[in-house]
Amino acid sequence: MYDKGKIIPGIIVFVCLLIFPILYNSGSAGVLPNPEKPKDQKECVKDKQYMRTTHMQLINDWRDEVLREGNREKVVVQGKKYDKSLMNGCMTCHTNKKKFCDECHVYASVYPYCWDCHFVPKETI
Amino acid sequence: MRILYPFLAVLALVLISFVGAKMPGGQSLFGVVIPYLAFFAFIIFFIKKIIYWAKSPVPFRIPTTSGQEKSLPWIKQNKTDCPSSTGGVIGRMFLEVFLFRSLFKNTKTDVEDGPKLVYGSSKYLWLFGLLFHYSFLVIFLRHWRLFTNPVPSFVTKLELADGLLQVGVPVLYQSDIILLLALTFLFLRRVIRPQLRYISLASDYFPLFLIMGIGITGILMRYFIRVDIVSVKELAMGLATFKPVIKGDIGVLFFIHLFLVSCLMVYFPFSKLMHMGGVFLSPTRNLANNNRMVRHINPWNDTSIKPHSYAGYEDEFREFMVNAGLPVEKELPPAAEEPPAAEEDKPAE
Ligand code: HEC
Ligand code: HEC
Ligand code: HEC
Repeated sequence: MYDKGKIIPGIIVFVCLLIFPILYNSGSAGVLPNPEKPKDQKECVKDKQYMRTTHMQLINDWRDEVLREGNREKVVVQGKKYDKSLMNGCMTCHTNKKKFCDECHVYASVYPYCWDCHFVPKETI
Repeated sequence: MRILYPFLAVLALVLISFVGAKMPGGQSLFGVVIPYLAFFAFIIFFIKKIIYWAKSPVPFRIPTTSGQEKSLPWIKQNKTDCPSSTGGVIGRMFLEVFLFRSLFKNTKTDVEDGPKLVYGSSKYLWLFGLLFHYSFLVIFLRHWRLFTNPVPSFVTKLELADGLLQVGVPVLYQSDIILLLALTFLFLRRVIRPQLRYISLASDYFPLFLIMGIGITGILMRYFIRVDIVSVKELAMGLATFKPVIKGDIGVLFFIHLFLVSCLMVYFPFSKLMHMGGVFLSPTRNLANNNRMVRHINPWNDTSIKPHSYAGYEDEFREFMVNAGLPVEKELPPAAEEPPAAEEDKPAE
């Protein structure tokens, strides 16, 4: 083999880049998200699996319906009416953003920009 | 055929994983076993290929460059295109690896009325090649958000920058769009230009379709048919810490995506995609053009073979040369010549 002095360090750097996550975690999967569910409620606006995967599209649709089509019709969950709204909808049940939304979001490294404008429920303001 | 078969092959891979992931045990096969095998196969065969290449000697500097080489002091040298020093070579390699300088020099050939052969500059391949590779890199690095916990801040910043336009929810990544656009261009280029279609093989189309498949399944998962990202990350973290678990209902699209990526990893070291490692080993790029300054000795030379001058050669074979009537520079010594000749002649008489 020729140019060992250059090729072997090159290969080592390449492999280290590839296995960066393995080295970085060094065997520890870290803390799992544990979103705190609302205690006094049983159901979300849609079924749980749908909420886990698609909640961001749902609120986006709500926003479009409310703001572009003027359709402020309320959603009904277990007989109670809720606004199609971030603050006045989701957050009436999920009262703690930090312990609910952020649990997952920090884990998955998503930082929704919605809160640039929308208020977070009282306790954290 | 050369387009259809690779397309069908990718389609078949999609179908295999679609059906496979729904079978009992299929999720651990497609989510854990195959990705692990593919990843380690990728690393091992990649290294093997590089070492195989590194074993072939490069006897001589190949000065196929497009710049003036170092010459007389009043002739200006092109220091990056035809470097004669290590620094210059590093500059040339940098331009090659990061900016694809060779593609920048791409030309197109056309026959115009006349008929007249014309050459023109063609920068599209360079532009879309660059866009493709950089968006691929960004997408690759962004995926570390699923493989690291806590996520390093540079990954978060990269995501932020990539979604800067804040289009839609989840935020649209520019790199997704650019990747697909560039791939479409790279595909159409081969189909539309007759010369290129003629030289394009199935092994040119297959990686394009495979990467398109990966891109499309990824985009579908993010914007259209959502999968459970938290469970995906739990699996990815499990893979990266060697304690894989599949929890929750992830969604079959994810397994298709992962299987296509696994196929890419296995296919990579045996295909033209190895230019990723090969670009660093291009003798026309990584060697200084110093043929006239430095004596390069063939690496395969056997040191036990001593130099053999003409004079020495004649000393060894003079007798035979004289016998064969070949001209010699030094005649045979007369005393040594005659007696054997006489002896030989006698019995013959
Ligand atoms: C009626 C009160 C209520 C409202 C309004 C509500 N949720 Fe929920 N949400 C719940 C409950 C209760 C659960 C737990 C469901 C379960 O465990 O089956 C839940 C579960 C979820 C989950 C899944 C969490 C997990 O760990 O699986 C997500 C995500 C979610 N909600 C997001 C939202 C978003 C976004 C909104 C606004 C569009 C919203 N919720 C509005 C009550 C509500
Ligand atoms: C630039 C500031 C801004 C940002 C960023 C923003 N919004 Fe809004 N949003 C508004 C304003 C203003 C309204 C109008 C409130 C009204 O008329 O009731 C609104 C209304 C809404 C509504 C419907 C009504 C209500 O009271 O909530 C929803 C749902 C909504 N936004 C969701 C989102 C989501 C989801 C995000 C993040 C992806 C987001 N918004 C980001 C400014 C913003
Ligand atoms: C079960 C975990 C979980 C919970 C709980 C959760 N989210 Fe999410 N959310 C996610 C994941 C994962 C993503 C990212 C999806 C992706 O990257 O494709 C996301 C993305 C979003 C986005 C889009 C962000 C972007 O920039 O693309 C919004 C908006 C959002 N969530 C709002 C909420 C709100 C509001 C709550 C609290 C009521 C909430 N989420 C609770 C997991 C969760």
